[in-house]
Amino acid sequence: MATKVHMEALSPTMEEGQLVQWLKNEGDTVATGDVLAEVETDKATMELVARGEGILRKIFLGAGGTAEVGAVIGVIAAEDEDISEISGVSGGGAPAVAIVEEEVVSTPDPDPVVEEPTSGNTELASPVSRGGRVKASPLARRLAEQAGVDISQVPGSGPGGRVVKRDIEAAKASGDATPAPPAAPSWTPDEAEYEDVQTSQMRKTIAKRLITSIGPVPTFYLTVDVDMLRVMEARKSMNSMLKAEGAKVSVNDIVLKAVAGALRQHPNCNAQWHDGFIRRFKAVHIGVAVAVEDGLITPVVRHAHLKGISQIGAEVKELAGRAREKKLKPEEYTGATFSVSNLGMFGIHEFTAIINPPEAGILAVGGIEETPVAVDGEVLVRPRMRITMSCDHRVIDGAQGSRFLQTLKGMLEEPTAILL
Amino acid sequence: MAVMTYREALNAALSEEMERDPDVFLMGEEVAEYDGAYKVSKGLLDIFGSQRVVDSPISELGFTGLGVGAAMAGLRPVIEFMTFNFAFLAIDQVINSAAKMHYMSEGQFPMPIVFRGPTGAALQLSAQHSQACETYYSHAPGCKVVTPGTPADAKGLLKAAIRDNDPVAFMEGELLYNFKGEVPDDDDFVIPLGVADLKHEGEDVSIITHGKMIHVALQAAQKLDKDGIQADVLDLRTIRPLDMSAILETVRKTNRIVYLEEGWPYAGTGAQIVTMIQEEAFDHLDAPIIRVTQADIPMPYAKNLEILAKPSADHVVKAVNKVLYR
Amino acid sequence: MAEKKKKKNALIEHDISEDLALDLMREMLLYRRFEEKAGEAYAIGKIGGFCHLHIGQEAAAAGSIKPLGREDYVTSAYREHTQAIAKGVDPNAVMAELYGRRDGSSGGKGGSMHIFDAECRFMGGHGIVGGQVPLATGIAWKIKYRGEDSISLVFMGDAAVNQGGFHEGLNMAAVWQLPCIYVVENNEYGMGTAFDRVSKTEMSTKSSPHGVPAHVVDGQDVLATYAFFRELTAQVREGAGPQYVDLQTYRFHGHSMSDPVSGTYRSVEEVEQAKDERDPIAILGDTLKGAGVLSQEEFEQMDAEARQIASDAADFADASPLPDADALYKNVWAEINPNGRLFFDGRPEQGGAS
Repeated sequence: MATKVHMEALSPTMEEGQLVQWLKNEGDTVATGDVLAEVETDKATMELVARGEGILRKIFLGAGGTAEVGAVIGVIAAEDEDISEISGVSGGGAPAVAIVEEEVVSTPDPDPVVEEPTSGNTELASPVSRGGRVKASPLARRLAEQAGVDISQVPGSGPGGRVVKRDIEAAKASGDATPAPPAAPSWTPDEAEYEDVQTSQMRKTIAKRLITSIGPVPTFYLTVDVDMLRVMEARKSMNSMLKAEGAKVSVNDIVLKAVAGALRQHPNCNAQWHDGFIRRFKAVHIGVAVAVEDGLITPVVRHAHLKGISQIGAEVKELAGRAREKKLKPEEYTGATFSVSNLGMFGIHEFTAIINPPEAGILAVGGIEETPVAVDGEVLVRPRMRITMSCDHRVIDGAQGSRFLQTLKGMLEEPTAILL
Repeated sequence: MAVMTYREALNAALSEEMERDPDVFLMGEEVAEYDGAYKVSKGLLDIFGSQRVVDSPISELGFTGLGVGAAMAGLRPVIEFMTFNFAFLAIDQVINSAAKMHYMSEGQFPMPIVFRGPTGAALQLSAQHSQACETYYSHAPGCKVVTPGTPADAKGLLKAAIRDNDPVAFMEGELLYNFKGEVPDDDDFVIPLGVADLKHEGEDVSIITHGKMIHVALQAAQKLDKDGIQADVLDLRTIRPLDMSAILETVRKTNRIVYLEEGWPYAGTGAQIVTMIQEEAFDHLDAPIIRVTQADIPMPYAKNLEILAKPSADHVVKAVNKVLYR
Repeated sequence: MAEKKKKKNALIEHDISEDLALDLMREMLLYRRFEEKAGEAYAIGKIGGFCHLHIGQEAAAAGSIKPLGREDYVTSAYREHTQAIAKGVDPNAVMAELYGRRDGSSGGKGGSMHIFDAECRFMGGHGIVGGQVPLATGIAWKIKYRGEDSISLVFMGDAAVNQGGFHEGLNMAAVWQLPCIYVVENNEYGMGTAFDRVSKTEMSTKSSPHGVPAHVVDGQDVLATYAFFRELTAQVREGAGPQYVDLQTYRFHGHSMSDPVSGTYRSVEEVEQAKDERDPIAILGDTLKGAGVLSQEEFEQMDAEARQIASDAADFADASPLPDADALYKNVWAEINPNGRLFFDGRPEQGGAS
């Protein structure tokens, strides 16, 4: 009976080993216990011994090759035995890592602790007076909230001035308590809008390694060049239709709509990184970077995928206006699933934007420039625009980001696709 | 209803259950010829014979393990510890064998066994013989813990414990054996595990407790009554399973809680209850919960020091005033 | 010719038929190949945790368990894989348990140290040294209580005789004359400590203070072991009371998979010599071949069959799914009381009513 030679766990913590050299060659006769090869573990170079006898018929993993523990790296069998069905990992010369699929069994964590998005955290939302937070019992806070009593105006009779139940009751009875202003919650997505995907072992490892290398949000960048001729035409025709209403759409509004459409097709990119899981959104909420006097804020166009271009345009205009006046409410600038930053109006040709965590991606959109390009073997001058996407590598891989950009580029170059 | 002592109630429960099921036997030190160190098993040897009422050597680890093995093989042992202080010698068999057997065999070996005996301080028995041990057992999944405080509860709960298919640490109060109370005559009087009992009703504050301490809580409730404070006294009766709905009900009613227990404070039963109340009824609290426990020291011998160390009705009254901000 | 006669005499001396001797050989080969397969699976990460192999001690298992009947009970410590197989537990279920899979004998919840099979009356796999001794005493108590004529047999390593529970168990068994056989698999070392370093008295004397008769048996000679236990179990069944056996054997591997075979506590030479001179499979092989009962060819055929069973067990285990996540909360309790809460972790899977 054939004996598979496995990459063995030669140290308690070893997860993969590098084959230093084989001490037996294919065709050599081996006995149980013979040293077959030297393997470098995470700690030292160890000997791999034969667990069966016969002839070392096949070596899969060459010297220098790396394999995970459990991978088949060779076969010992009788001379005439059929071993054609036994497959192993390749490698050697170049350290190739074969991921043995079946080894990546991850039992679902029995209790994926999904942090409840806190809505209306009373602690934070309570109006503050007396130079700090209001001391009140949990019961008193709840009663005050129910009765619409501004707890900061209620004198506390408990230890250290703690507001307790009897104080709220007294305030209610006297009727002089001011009603509390409504709490200002940050945006909480509806559960139907997203899906939480358990992070696999591999995903976790990728995440861990990347952040060690590059910082808490391991970012990479992808750039595409987009021919904007058709968008310019479309915009022109849309604006002539909107003339009667006195409205206008910008190129950026069309870009936002296209981004929303493309994200619907690539939920991988419409996602957030959370500890232990990746939250993939079905709904698209696009954060639009707006420069304000002393910084930057990203109001959110909610459900952009459900809105028309002119509606998006109107909302962006309205939100940007209030952003500049610093009148945005927290739920208006939190909870985006993706962001877009456009510096075209400043004559910027190309740039990179910084991801706003926990979002996993942001687009940096440059200005449209007349550029000579080869079209069907002819040099033509076309309006071109550069888009650079910053991707959180824990969530988005290169190929996924690229596919998203491909779709986006396709939509902008053939804007009717946006309507599909 | 008959009036009987806590000891007689336990004796009646044992006798009735042994009568009912021939697989039930009682083993422990001095349980047979001596009638039990606390006379709980008085007369049982005469009724059931030496095969079913068995004097063991002083080998807590050994006879506890023997009981566990007998339960694995299908019997329903009642293992008596002369006191739970001695059961520390046997805790390996209770936790590592009894509590885990059903789980680690994936349900092949149920463990219908009762470990019973007195726990808590008596009078001037000093450090090694005066301690409340329930937390050691309630800590382990797989082990149920029962702490009756009255004769009726002692009888009804012991019968339920013997009929239960899981290991039960049945922890009696040494000072309660002579305590008298009314017990239903019905020889099928069983109190299901996991049902707390409101032993005194009030609106202003809840004193939650278990075991022997219910009497301290009731004393405190009477004193408070004179000051015009009405207290709920909730007797948990079983620590595991735990009647959480009764706890939450009294919390929602009074909003102010004192937990009283005989044991030490660190990671005690009260610590568990407080945690769960804040997790599940935070918005119903009008004051932090206060625990009243034994002083955080080994029990001293001298009479005056012992009194100081034990939780008393005065401690409870003080704690109640504190949670009422008085 | 004279030699052949002598070898035949070994069968005659122990009153063991040729067929039975061949069965014992098959059993021991299966145990050996099963444990080798387990070692291999451990090395490639298929088996986790602690894993204690029985290699070298096959005759002790076959010789003492095979004379028992299905109604008899066997309880053991944590080097118990092959003892479970000897008592009738399906090798596939044992291997699947080592792999932590759903089809394991304990549904993947016990692992290497906690093999259980109520139907085969294999009473576990216990992980605390000596902890199983009082349990087996209790099982014997039940046999006596119900007036049955079965036997409770318990294995322990040599280190267990220094535990209190061992002495408490033997004392009670003697006092109540329980049908219990206490077998010390004396492989000379408690993990890495030679027995004579932790005991002033001989192994064979440990039961005498309790009035339990002691027996010393060569546990590498499966014919002698089998014949001895056949006789002893008959006596116990007839009411001879508890017995104590110093079953002398030797472990060819380390204490567990993560321990060295030799090193500071025993020399390579000692282990090699034992493998040469005290291998129970070689000892029986010599006898059977010498007696003309078993040819080399037949032996190899038997060995190939054993390897196949072990290999099939590994394939079975590998194909068996991991336990369902919802098995996590199952069987903590045999009885979920309708009132009160039993789980306190605040997880949604909790079973107790609140």
